[in-house]
Amino acid sequence: MSFQDLVARAQKWSKEQPWRLYGSQVSILVRNEVRRNLFTRRRIGIYLLAFLPVVMVLSHTIYDRHNINAAQIEEDTQVLAEIVQLYYFRLGIFFACMAIFTWLFRGEMVEKTLHYQFLVPVRREVLVVGKYLAGAIVAILFFETAVLACFYFMYMRFGSAGKSYVFDGPGLGQLGSYLLVTALACIGYGAVFLALSLLFKNPIVPGVVIMGWEAAAPVFPAWAQRLSVTFYLKHLCPVNLPLTGPLAIFTIVAEPVSPLIAVLGLLCLTAAILVLSCFLIHRMEISYTTE
Amino acid sequence: MTPDARQIVFENVSKFYGEVLGVNKVNFSLEPGITSLVGPNGSGKTTLMNLMTGLIRPSRGAIYVLGLTPQQPIEFFRQVGFCTQFDSFPPGTNGYDFIYWPLRLHGFGGDQAAKLTNEALERAGMAQVARRKVAGYSKGMRQRIRLAQAIAHHPSVLVLDEPLNGLDPMARSESIALFQAIAKQGMHVIISSHILEEVDRISDRVVLMSSGYVVAEGQIREVRREVRDHPMQILVRCSNASRLAAAAFELDHVVEAKILSDGQSVLVRTRDAEQFYLLLNKIVSGGLVEVDAVAPADDDVNSIYQYLIGSDGGQA
Repeated sequence: MSFQDLVARAQKWSKEQPWRLYGSQVSILVRNEVRRNLFTRRRIGIYLLAFLPVVMVLSHTIYDRHNINAAQIEEDTQVLAEIVQLYYFRLGIFFACMAIFTWLFRGEMVEKTLHYQFLVPVRREVLVVGKYLAGAIVAILFFETAVLACFYFMYMRFGSAGKSYVFDGPGLGQLGSYLLVTALACIGYGAVFLALSLLFKNPIVPGVVIMGWEAAAPVFPAWAQRLSVTFYLKHLCPVNLPLTGPLAIFTIVAEPVSPLIAVLGLLCLTAAILVLSCFLIHRMEISYTTE
Repeated sequence: MTPDARQIVFENVSKFYGEVLGVNKVNFSLEPGITSLVGPNGSGKTTLMNLMTGLIRPSRGAIYVLGLTPQQPIEFFRQVGFCTQFDSFPPGTNGYDFIYWPLRLHGFGGDQAAKLTNEALERAGMAQVARRKVAGYSKGMRQRIRLAQAIAHHPSVLVLDEPLNGLDPMARSESIALFQAIAKQGMHVIISSHILEEVDRISDRVVLMSSGYVVAEGQIREVRREVRDHPMQILVRCSNASRLAAAAFELDHVVEAKILSDGQSVLVRTRDAEQFYLLLNKIVSGGLVEVDAVAPADDDVNSIYQYLIGSDGGQA
């Protein structure tokens, strides 16, 4: 087959089925980005953010292996809830998403490789979607694995009592909720940081502002709370944290919403931020010297 | 105005980086063939190329490449290949993947992309080292693998920013032959280069730039003719240099006729080359002087560059 035939075939395919072309481009972008982001020395910090609590829970499991009464299960359930809701949602996933998603475009700008992405016949919106999905897959893989490992190590030392708590009690439901909330946190924060990286050359300072916003959102009016990721996550957490003092701000629920609305609300917020990113990417120029 | 589907058109294009001028009020239309962008560092060559390929957007004006704009990326980047001068690559990539995956993004299937990748690697002389990591390549190899990527999808417009930098003489000569072959197929090849001798040898036309402005544009000889402040230099080798010099001096437009040290050559500086050639024909047909060779001595890019910009292009 001559080159002209190859080109004609590719052009015909993209004209007749543009969505299939976009789909194929997204899958190629995801594949390449995941490979580039998952197993690299640059991600050691994210491995640490994700797996430090796992190491702590494992140490606790080994250290307290003889303390296995029913009351201890309740206590450990509370500890796990604190790890997930205070550490992972507020810090671990937040900073990991900041590192992963801001690097998707800004990092390529720093490495002076973004022009390769801009010189291929790919719509910039497709580029945003492809890179975003890749970042989401990487973040979800890291943190779902970490949460799963925390959960396993937390209950494994209880033997049959632990197994019963998980499979006959509320354990499995809690795990499902944690995994869902972890995935939603990665998706929501990811969209926020992707947009920030397209808005600002150095997204660190705006990132800190977002962190402050997420922490202080519970004291803002109801409409403003809906513009924070944690507003939706809080409604999906399976265990209430009886926090007192300044930390109590993390558990305030000003206006309860159903889990379904919380999931849909976060997905809508994410979609809105991604649409904004698709507009922002068109403003982006290759100017490595000013980075 | 409907953009021409064969031309590259810049319509009153300006680009400012904040308050810094990139290029200003650029107007030209390029026909297929080899076009060289010539100018000192900071004159706006790379800005012009980045504008042409959509890596940056114009502050004012419009750009059409074969009637397309970068806002139609699928059609546009099927037609355009750009070999930038950024010597950077995605971390961990090897030469083969560097070409193969962008081809997949073009919409080519796995087998088709592999075929085109191998063809591009062959054309750039990189087939033997394609599976090695790009990080281990020499500067010349990195230059050639970027070139291979730019030509892999057979673009109709090939934009090359300093493509001969870092190449050894053999690779340079092969690359030039490749550019000429591409241009012969009716394609556009846009080259920026500081190596003016090579630009001179391969270009169908030049765009001379200085401080963000296009100072001259067109075929090299046409541009030279327009530089009327500097008389053209014509070298004539003949049997009787002194007689020719004397005859030349009688013409008003001849400002200098110098007999060179070999005694058989005359360097004539004239404001009207056409008239001088007519005189030369007369002298030859009259049998007064036998002419061995006639050649313009300063209608090369370097001379034009010096006349227009006032610096040595080779040093730019």
